[in-house]
Amino acid sequence: MSERFLELIDISKIYPGVTALDRVSFSVSRGEVIGLVGENGAGKSTLMRVLGGVTEPSGGTIRIDGVARASLTVAEAIKAGIAFVHQELNLFDNLDVAGNIFIGREPLHAGPLKLIDRKRLRAQVRPLLERLAVDFEADRLVAELSLAQRQLVEIMKALSLDARLVIMDEPTSSLTLTETDRLLQVIDGLKAQGVSVIFITHRLNEVKRCADRAVVLRDGRVVGALAREAIAPATLIRLMIGRDLKSLYIPPASPPGDRVLDIVEVRTATYPDRAVSLSVRRGEILGLAGLVGSGRTELARAVFGIDPLRGGSIRLEGEPIRIAEPSAAIERGIYLVPEDRKRSGLLLDFSIAENISLPDLASYARGMLVQTAAEVQNARRQRERLNIRTPDVMTAVGTLSGGNQQKVVLAKWLSMRPRLLIFDEPTRGIDVGAKQDIYQLLRRLADAGVAILMISSDMEEVIGVSDRIAVMHEGAISGFLERNQFSEHNVLELAVGHTV
Amino acid sequence: MNALQKKDLSLLVLIIVVGTVVALINPRFLLVGNISNTANQVGLFGVFSIAEAFVIITGGIELSVGSVIALLGVVFIDLIVNHGINWIAACAFVIAGGLAIGAVHGLLVSRMHIQPFVVTLCGLLIYRGVARYYTEDATAGFGFSSSFPTLEWMTAGRTNILNFPLPHSVVVLFVVGAVAWVVLHRSVFGRYLYAVGKNEEAARYSGIRSGRIVVSAYVICGGLTALAAILIAMYTRSISPAVHGSFYELYAIAAAVLGGCSLRGGEGSIMGVVLGTILLQVLQNLVNLLGIPSSLNFAVMGTVILIGVLAD
Ligand SMILES: Nc1ncnc2c1ncn2[C@@H]1O[C@H](COP(=O)(O)OP(=O)(O)OP(=O)(O)O)[C@@H](O)[C@H]1O
Ligand SMILES: [Mg+2]
Repeated sequence: MSERFLELIDISKIYPGVTALDRVSFSVSRGEVIGLVGENGAGKSTLMRVLGGVTEPSGGTIRIDGVARASLTVAEAIKAGIAFVHQELNLFDNLDVAGNIFIGREPLHAGPLKLIDRKRLRAQVRPLLERLAVDFEADRLVAELSLAQRQLVEIMKALSLDARLVIMDEPTSSLTLTETDRLLQVIDGLKAQGVSVIFITHRLNEVKRCADRAVVLRDGRVVGALAREAIAPATLIRLMIGRDLKSLYIPPASPPGDRVLDIVEVRTATYPDRAVSLSVRRGEILGLAGLVGSGRTELARAVFGIDPLRGGSIRLEGEPIRIAEPSAAIERGIYLVPEDRKRSGLLLDFSIAENISLPDLASYARGMLVQTAAEVQNARRQRERLNIRTPDVMTAVGTLSGGNQQKVVLAKWLSMRPRLLIFDEPTRGIDVGAKQDIYQLLRRLADAGVAILMISSDMEEVIGVSDRIAVMHEGAISGFLERNQFSEHNVLELAVGHTV
Repeated sequence: MNALQKKDLSLLVLIIVVGTVVALINPRFLLVGNISNTANQVGLFGVFSIAEAFVIITGGIELSVGSVIALLGVVFIDLIVNHGINWIAACAFVIAGGLAIGAVHGLLVSRMHIQPFVVTLCGLLIYRGVARYYTEDATAGFGFSSSFPTLEWMTAGRTNILNFPLPHSVVVLFVVGAVAWVVLHRSVFGRYLYAVGKNEEAARYSGIRSGRIVVSAYVICGGLTALAAILIAMYTRSISPAVHGSFYELYAIAAAVLGGCSLRGGEGSIMGVVLGTILLQVLQNLVNLLGIPSSLNFAVMGTVILIGVLAD
């Protein structure tokens, strides 16, 4: 604990119009696990990017092993033993899992051609796969993996580096409890080997479980550091947002109404011989839980018309419908907020306003021409409503912090008039305070007659927000839970295929 | 949007610098006749460069521009000269042909999922071959007797404005450019084009029918290319199908890239494409006026494009 090998002293980072970091000092000792928390846009990722050599600070000193410097390059950071799991994933879709993990460091055959030694590559990957007990093979193409699985690949990549400091920026944001548990065990293991870990998360229980020290950032400044004994979610929240939060669940204003969506014996490409049936009622929030890879996202994609159905039928308000394209779903008021914002949710180079208006662009147009003023006006409204942290709605979405990008994805769909809203991990990367606001918003939508299907891997969220929970296991529904049956235990039992 | 305008501005500066250098070395550059001729070339090349830009913005590429110009050019001349078809009907026919070619390319790309490079490379070979077969490799042209005064005036004529003979191809480019600007930068369709080019998956999740958008882009490209084919046929007045329009697709791609289009899609502006065309034609003029051996033509152009893209 004594050996502070890395110190950041008075680090600042100023972007045009935004002070992301304001004289932050921070140190890491050997074998220490630091939980880094703070609201969306507080500067967590920026601080870590400085440490990883990705972002050049505007001021301050970085001291590694006693050597002080003004900034790092990525190569220097790697040489100093810093491995980085970025918040937004950076994998090569066209390579397999092993190829991604060892990219640039592939074991080579002897000889002038420097061919990749596939056998050794596979042998080196295997222990990593086992360490996280993942459910996919080393030769799977990354393009075929789910978001959570890709997240695990990123983590394995960092672990494969044998670093002395592993930075994980929201590694668990799309993982379910089971994978998260495994990751926390891996972190304990790293710690035992003397490796330090910096761990960013919005799930504060995780900080309590694994961190030796919690550091709280707010508006680019360190506003508190808690030692292991003092870490408690409530304390962290107070430091993060300056107020207390009340409990999550808000009961519906009236009992749920008619069935809006009926999924009847639907089969998807991932589990072609498993059929799923479920219904969502007007005014109801139906939580959809399950392990990573249980087929929840595939189901949502099928309903929304991204993937063709392999069988079964879908009824909207009792009427059988055929949806071959997302545009057809949207016309009928079925919206999907996808889980992977970088790939499917956003155009990172487009402005916030342009992203929000995209699914409903015709209504911002007079004749064929887009009225920019109308777009900007609505974007400003959404910015207030969802508290998107940005001085200007014409800035590119890609420059926002992860959580604020997620809010833009939500804003896209909340600007319109839904009948059925499917959320796939709606609050991935969103801070506790803003989550609370979003849950209130969901309830208000439901009370206004919208049916909501919410896929979530966040146990607190599923239990705290849903009126009813459906749990999936290997492509089929393993059970439904009513509110009086809600418990972490019951959800987990169903998720692994047991009955309750 | 701001960044794009900055790009356009730096391109404009480059054009002025190159122009000034040429003018200093050879003052003939500034002669009214020379400027008018260069402007005419800009008009002709600008139309099909804008056509190309529509496809490039969706992340595709259209390699058959030159061959289409040859094929539709010989068909057009054949229709009005040898078959005595009314030139208005002939124009309509040729433009419909261009639209149809675009539709086929678009459908092959979006429905059959064949790569744009492959589809249009095949187009490049096929249309060139058909054009040569159609005329039996002979040159198609206007006889001494045939004359279409209205058509000629509209396409290849010039009007004196303040003592400057303004080529009508420039007027056409102006109109095409203005419409394209509105479509690309202000319309719903234009926004969809950029969205599909940037991230097709996200566009699809937003309810954009990306297949239709891609097909439309190729159709627009085909139609504008046909228009350019008529203008060029009327300007050259005779067409050797083996060489007419060859490499024009590369001029178009070069202009688009100079103008800020990314071959990955989702980027570029009409202003940039027009400025890119101007730069290319000024360079062509430079080669002629500075007595650089014309065999070095492509080398000079390649070098300047490289510099332009690097400077970005
Ligand atoms: N490239 C950039 N250009 C401009 N502003 C930026 C850029 N990167 C980050 N910012 C701004 O810096 C601030 C801090 O962002 P950062 O990503 O560090 O937040 P964070 O704490 O990681 O939030 P989250 O929990 O949402 O991931 C934000 O206001 C963000 O908009
Ligand atoms: Mg972040």
